[in-house]
Amino acid sequence: MSGLILNRRRLLRLGAVGAGSLALAGCDQFDFLVDRNDPTRNFLERANDLTYAAQRALVGQQAMAKEFAETEIRQGQKPNGSTDPRQNSEIYRKLIAGDWSDYRLKITGLVETEMSYTLAELRNMPSRTQITRHDCVEGWSCIAKWTGVPLGRLLDAAKVKPTARFVVFQCYDALGGGLAGPQPYYESCDLIDAFHPQTIAAFGLNGQALPVENGAPIRIRNERALGYKQPKYVHTIELVESFSRFGLGQGGYWEDRGYDWYGGI
Amino acid sequence: MATDVMDDGSAEPATAPPPGAKGPLVYRQSIFTRVTHWVWAVAMFFLLLSGLQIWNAHPVLYIGQQSGFEFENSILEIGAENTPDGPRGFTTLFGQKFDTTGLLGMSTLNGQPNYVGFPSWATIPSVRDLATGRVVHFFFAWILVATLAVWLLASLVNRHLWRDIILKPRDLRDLPRDIWDHLRFRFEHRRRYSPLQKLAYFIVLVGLFPLIILTGLAMSPGMNAAWPWQIEIFGGRQTARTIHFVAMMGFVIFFVVHVAMVVLAGPLNELRSMVTGWYRVSPGMENDK
Repeated sequence: MSGLILNRRRLLRLGAVGAGSLALAGCDQFDFLVDRNDPTRNFLERANDLTYAAQRALVGQQAMAKEFAETEIRQGQKPNGSTDPRQNSEIYRKLIAGDWSDYRLKITGLVETEMSYTLAELRNMPSRTQITRHDCVEGWSCIAKWTGVPLGRLLDAAKVKPTARFVVFQCYDALGGGLAGPQPYYESCDLIDAFHPQTIAAFGLNGQALPVENGAPIRIRNERALGYKQPKYVHTIELVESFSRFGLGQGGYWEDRGYDWYGGI
Repeated sequence: MATDVMDDGSAEPATAPPPGAKGPLVYRQSIFTRVTHWVWAVAMFFLLLSGLQIWNAHPVLYIGQQSGFEFENSILEIGAENTPDGPRGFTTLFGQKFDTTGLLGMSTLNGQPNYVGFPSWATIPSVRDLATGRVVHFFFAWILVATLAVWLLASLVNRHLWRDIILKPRDLRDLPRDIWDHLRFRFEHRRRYSPLQKLAYFIVLVGLFPLIILTGLAMSPGMNAAWPWQIEIFGGRQTARTIHFVAMMGFVIFFVVHVAMVVLAGPLNELRSMVTGWYRVSPGMENDK
């Protein structure tokens, strides 16, 4: 049975294989993928289109996100990202000072009739309340109760034109630094998510008015997607054929910084 | 060399092969087994290191549907904090806190302190970049799933699954003896896998692969709407995330043992069988089923 015994040479060889795999991992040789325009990265990103197509095929258009019982609300909704647009936005400061009386939610773009709603008008419309789980792209989850007007109702009132393919949400908050300074947050989704019964323009959180840190006065809930697809501080909802003219053209603030547009996983 | 000894005209019956005797080469691994093996090896490398990058975005594991920020349901947390001796890295497992400075929570990158969960050498990319980690992870997740589908189909057709992976009553009977042989580093090179090998590959192919794919999908809010039952069988999204992490550790343990066994059992012969398909069995084992 030669060759079957553990000897010093074999142990050395074992160590060499182990060290070799560590050295391979230890290198930063895959850091070229950080470059958002790297062709290899762009090739790998095509898997996200496959994920979007697969989930659109697999997930029924009306399939609902799980809704929870009141007893599952065990904490406040964890604020993340922008938590106070007053720092950057003079307009937002004035809106708060006026108790939102000058706030208007505008529905614009590829619609038959452009619409504009005060917060009071939105609060008086038939609303939907849902206790859902917010899943952040970072990995954490938080359960909270959201109340708002179904987005589909607002879109129907404005009558979406057949050429519209996406809904773009523009926000008061801005994030990031760098040479260009903070950039305005925006998001987008397709018409399937926009007309989904659980997609709402939320003005209430856990039975209270939506707090500033969670997106006052209006935040979009898109319950079958990750947290970055739920824009806060929304002032304009625009129906578009393409979102290429917004931001850097990828369909959202985080998408412009390398995150996938679908955000369903 | 071995045949010279056999041809010495001795009247002695050849009950045991002489020392140093070589058995014949047998065709052991089909093209499907070999190709899927190496595709998995590459995919799992990228999935592991990009997965640790993703995990570093929130290096805490919880039990249940949500993450306890105002209540306690975490079982593992990696982080850094200031102490009288300066910043230190900590790992808290089931309430037990360990100082893991240098490896977990606080390590170095280009000579500077780096406050991350897993150190930069264990992540792709090496710097903190959740977006890129996700791009790499989901690409290779698709490769993993597609390769598993190819392997499953081929292994059903060529009977590899039934013959080599599914444990039979005979394998279960021989398992204790095989474990005892392995503990003594005594390996026989048979045409077929030993019971312990079958068990290891069974756990990985039929257990860990489906588990890590399903727990990965259970973290998708899109899939949660499509398959509401899926997240319930794992006991909530955060539990599914924890199981995904534990399954990852199962793969790491398997990898370490797998490579150690290859080295101990004769790396050239083992590698040849997984590259060319041909494997040299121990003398007298060529007809072993």
